[in-house]
Amino acid sequence: MKTPRGMTRRELLKRGAVGAAGLAVTGSALDAAAQTTHESHDPMVAGTVGRVGTDDFDPGAFLGHFDYGEVSTLPNGQTLREYEIHAIDREIEIAPGVFYPAWTYNGQVPGPTIRATEGDRIRVHFRNLGTHPHTIHFHGFHAATMDGVFEPVLPGGEFVYEFDADPVGLHLYHCHAVPLKKHIAKGLYGTYIVDPKTPRPPAREMVMVLNGFDTNFDGGNEVYAANTVAFAYRDRPITMRRGELQRIYMVNVLEFDLINSMHLHANFFHVYRTGTAGSPHEFTDTLMMCQGERHILEFTYDEPGRYMFHAHQSEFAELGWMGHFLVEDPSV
Amino acid sequence: MTNRRMRRWLLGTAPLAVLAVVLFGVSQSGVVDFLRRGVPPVEELTVERVVLRPGSIRMDVVNGGPDPVTVAQVIVDEAFWEFTIAPDPTVERLGRATILIPYPWVKDEAHHIAILSSTGVTFEHEIAVAEVTPVPGRTYFAVFTLIGLYVGVIPVAIGLLWYPALRGLDRRWLNFFLALTVGLLVFLGLDAVHEALEAAAALAGAFQGTMLVVVGALGALGALHMVAGARAARPDAEGRAAVAWLIALGIGLHNLGEGLAIGAAYALGEAALGAFLIIGFMLHNTTEGLGIVAPIAQDRPRIGRLVALGALAGVPTILGAWIGGLAYSPFYATLFLAVGAGAIAQVVFALWRVMGEGQGRLTPVTAGGVVAGLLIMYSTGLLVAV
Repeated sequence: MKTPRGMTRRELLKRGAVGAAGLAVTGSALDAAAQTTHESHDPMVAGTVGRVGTDDFDPGAFLGHFDYGEVSTLPNGQTLREYEIHAIDREIEIAPGVFYPAWTYNGQVPGPTIRATEGDRIRVHFRNLGTHPHTIHFHGFHAATMDGVFEPVLPGGEFVYEFDADPVGLHLYHCHAVPLKKHIAKGLYGTYIVDPKTPRPPAREMVMVLNGFDTNFDGGNEVYAANTVAFAYRDRPITMRRGELQRIYMVNVLEFDLINSMHLHANFFHVYRTGTAGSPHEFTDTLMMCQGERHILEFTYDEPGRYMFHAHQSEFAELGWMGHFLVEDPSV
Repeated sequence: MTNRRMRRWLLGTAPLAVLAVVLFGVSQSGVVDFLRRGVPPVEELTVERVVLRPGSIRMDVVNGGPDPVTVAQVIVDEAFWEFTIAPDPTVERLGRATILIPYPWVKDEAHHIAILSSTGVTFEHEIAVAEVTPVPGRTYFAVFTLIGLYVGVIPVAIGLLWYPALRGLDRRWLNFFLALTVGLLVFLGLDAVHEALEAAAALAGAFQGTMLVVVGALGALGALHMVAGARAARPDAEGRAAVAWLIALGIGLHNLGEGLAIGAAYALGEAALGAFLIIGFMLHNTTEGLGIVAPIAQDRPRIGRLVALGALAGVPTILGAWIGGLAYSPFYATLFLAVGAGAIAQVVFALWRVMGEGQGRLTPVTAGGVVAGLLIMYSTGLLVAV
């Protein structure tokens, strides 16, 4: 939904272009010239042109990277996991050649995936190196003063969040400074996983944070993605072995759009809503998610091949939230 | 050259030399960087033309902003799409580029294209009704010629047939018809200004659409006055003939602009050009012929001259339809329409003088004539306004 607002610079600029909804017509000589100056590409290909480099942020590496923190043992025998998280203003590449002035945790969007076991002590040293007040608001159980809502951390300021990892499940953390929508849309969010004391069955595990970017600040997303970079896992597919259990920790933080979704091709997955229960809630191939909802998905591919996964909102899929699984047969 | 003249030249150019030195200094110093520090680039990209071929969309874009724009991605109907851009993804100020998108567009439907720059700014363009863009060739030349004939040439020729009726009129009634012509022309002139401003809105900012209209209109007014003003002011047959030529020229320029608009709309599939519209244009434009012959009604021009006057006023419609249908450019559309408005304004001044001969300019009869002219154009305009 767009609401009327003051004219921003970009809106002003856009008006010129919209005014150009002028008249279309021809020029055959130019036509030929334009076509010959370019090598021909595959016709009718949806998707972005070019590749986003992986030097600054590698979606492939992020996918399977879990941050267990600096581990020590407290006098009472409890495991302490300490994290250092900094809010940093940083320009990130979200589609080939498209740069977004993001607000990040530790210079990346999404922020690091924090992972602990039920009952661990979590201590997060937060420093705000950005230009606006920020906080970290963790989902889960904690004291009122640890909620990251009423204690804005001013630029240059610090805060220590401390609480026990509880309850078991898949959670998220995000900035709760106001205006809330702006602080989340700019990239201040991440995944927070609390494992049960009895581990889940062995599986190949992945984190997917479903997000989007409003590059022209008109209150709607231009780019959609799983883990920030449009079409990242289409351009560099996620490889997996046939018969191997796959587990996705999927978190939806998409701003502006009311719902998001996940659709898996040629397969069905078990859904563990919020990851809190030991048995699956649902067996499906299409899952709807509101902002802030997160679920654990489990599935196995039995046949090798290339399989697509994407939001079942076609628009989101074609604006970047789409990827491929490449299922391989290790015996071949 | 004498020393004195040399000195004057030097004095005249000295400020320019000083300006050049200062400009060089400013560009070399850090002042420019200092002034814009921290501010993101101001990006502006305007879509000038869209060409649709089966399975492809071609867009010509121009950068009318102060900074270079880098085209990073193209979104068609809310989907990122493959594209190529020539000569370079980075379009410099006042530079142009052509974006070619292989896309299975759907005939008769609307398509929305957003160009995403490297900083995330979007430049949007709406294709209102997707139709294959006409290619210059026998068929389309015939189509646009026919449109021009119906809309411009035939109505003006019919209007000229009022000449015998006007010839015998007494001075009072002749003044009425001259005043009526003034009314027609004022209507056409303001209509041309309106259309020129509309076309100007599609121009990139750097081309200063509104001021292009002002320069085009006042430039045409001044130029015609320099060339023909004195002759048209003569109170004899030759003066009246000059006025008739000027009217024909002014109307011709207006019709050129009208042809441009109709041709472009037709090529876009936006104007159905049904019988209703054709009949409307014929009624609307027939009055133009009346305007041409009114000032020379008391003289006896040869038939050849009448034909030439009619051709000057009507044939540009064909030319306009060709250009509009096959090679539309908002810059030239704006300029032609503005020049037409200026030419018409000049003619109104000239007519005003002819009209006043003998009886005073503003009489109840002439005032009634002007109003009648405006009303005729407005009421027949109801048939063509879209």
